Amino acid sequence: MIQTLDFFTPVVDDPYMFGQIAAANALSDVYAMGGVPKVALNIVCFPNCLDVEILGEILRGGADKVKEAGAVLAGGHSVQDDEPKYGLSVTGFVHPDRIYKNSGCRSGDVLILTKQIGSGVVNTAVKAQMASEQAAMETARVMASLNRKAGEAAAGHTIHACTDVTGFGLLGHCVEMAKAAGVTLEIHVDDVAYMKEAKDYARMGLVPAGAYRNRDFADPFLDNGNVEEVYLDLLCDPQTSGGLLFSVPGSEAAGLLDDLRKMEMDTEVSVIGRVLEKQDKLIRLR
Amino acid sequence: MITVNAMGDACPIPVIKTKKALGELNGPGQIEVLVDNETAVRNVTKMAENSGAEVSSEKLGEGKYRVNVKVGEGVSVETEQTQRDSENECGCTDEMAVRGNTIVVVSSDKMGEGDEELGHVLMKSFLFAVTQLDELPDKMVFYNGGARLTVEGSPALEDLKNLAEQGVEIMTCGTCLDFYGLKEKLAVGTVTNMYSIVETMQQADRVIRP
Repeated sequence: MIQTLDFFTPVVDDPYMFGQIAAANALSDVYAMGGVPKVALNIVCFPNCLDVEILGEILRGGADKVKEAGAVLAGGHSVQDDEPKYGLSVTGFVHPDRIYKNSGCRSGDVLILTKQIGSGVVNTAVKAQMASEQAAMETARVMASLNRKAGEAAAGHTIHACTDVTGFGLLGHCVEMAKAAGVTLEIHVDDVAYMKEAKDYARMGLVPAGAYRNRDFADPFLDNGNVEEVYLDLLCDPQTSGGLLFSVPGSEAAGLLDDLRKMEMDTEVSVIGRVLEKQDKLIRLR
Repeated sequence: MITVNAMGDACPIPVIKTKKALGELNGPGQIEVLVDNETAVRNVTKMAENSGAEVSSEKLGEGKYRVNVKVGEGVSVETEQTQRDSENECGCTDEMAVRGNTIVVVSSDKMGEGDEELGHVLMKSFLFAVTQLDELPDKMVFYNGGARLTVEGSPALEDLKNLAEQGVEIMTCGTCLDFYGLKEKLAVGTVTNMYSIVETMQQADRVIRP
């Protein structure tokens, strides 16, 4: 049995969308461990000065995602608070032999990411009213997308390691994985899928503070290969409800990609790099 | 020298303020930006450098930083105008662009295909709805059948006069007025020609067609 809990403050204006994103994010922890969510409980903070219909929309978004995940929403708890917050506590099941850890990367593995990155930067641009409608919509859609299909596609394959990409940014999670397994991860920055226009916004300086914190954390472990600055910003960009990062044996990568494709996901899957024997630095950018 | 005080402003406000200042500068000069956190220093630096400016920064004290932005001679800084142009290439609809330059092009005195009478009613109602917009269009261009709307006896004349009073430039195709024999009857706005019409459409950030 897997038990998880996650909740946060609104990242988009639309309450129904926020509910979906927060629920997708909370459910993701179960998928990242190789599990299947079964029961969910709402966690709600809501101010009494806001229209209760907004709360209804948030909960409706959450309930729809729980349903899409095939789990049951069994209730929840709410408290009064100045700022709205929403999330879930999720119970899921996984076979003990099939629990994904973030520590199992092996040299020769291929790294596959199931969602494009850049949501932190695009959300900052949205706040600055500089984001295009298209970019804002893509990001909301990707954040609200469930990692269910990615989890299902992976079920038939050997997964050496898996994590979901969240607040530490892609590089932060890569550092953790490399450290835990005693290997070096090579990331091919041009192969990573990015949200449309995220590069433009990053160059405009619309980079959230969390990205700099992640960068400072990752820097000592980084052979940055002199890649353009904007890639570092995006690779360190904190993600809300990001995708799954799989480390799979090279021989199985094509099969997993094939199965991911068959799932017709609404996010972009990319092969972002490979696992090498441990070198001077835990992360090598190319 | 422009001073931008962004103390106490959370990301991304300092970037927006600095961008605006660069637009005001619109040429060589200096801007100093005061901020209270390092993220703002890094983001302002990034934006200004990518706009072609020379940037240096210093820590003035606990929670106080100064970013110096220098725009040299002959350096073309990406201002809001050029920014807007480039953003529009990717279908941008942000507030700046919408406000930038919106035009309404009316090519008929009816709206949509179908019943003629209904088409007239819809067009009148469309033009009234334009008067109710929060952001009025910059210009309205009328040609072919649309020329019947800006002349005496037009059912939409009141609304169009109202728009003109509020600064909306109303232009009607001269050839069309001639063709329909309405030249003497133009009741609102000015007469225009094909060159101006093409230019107006080309320069528009957004064209609305009923």
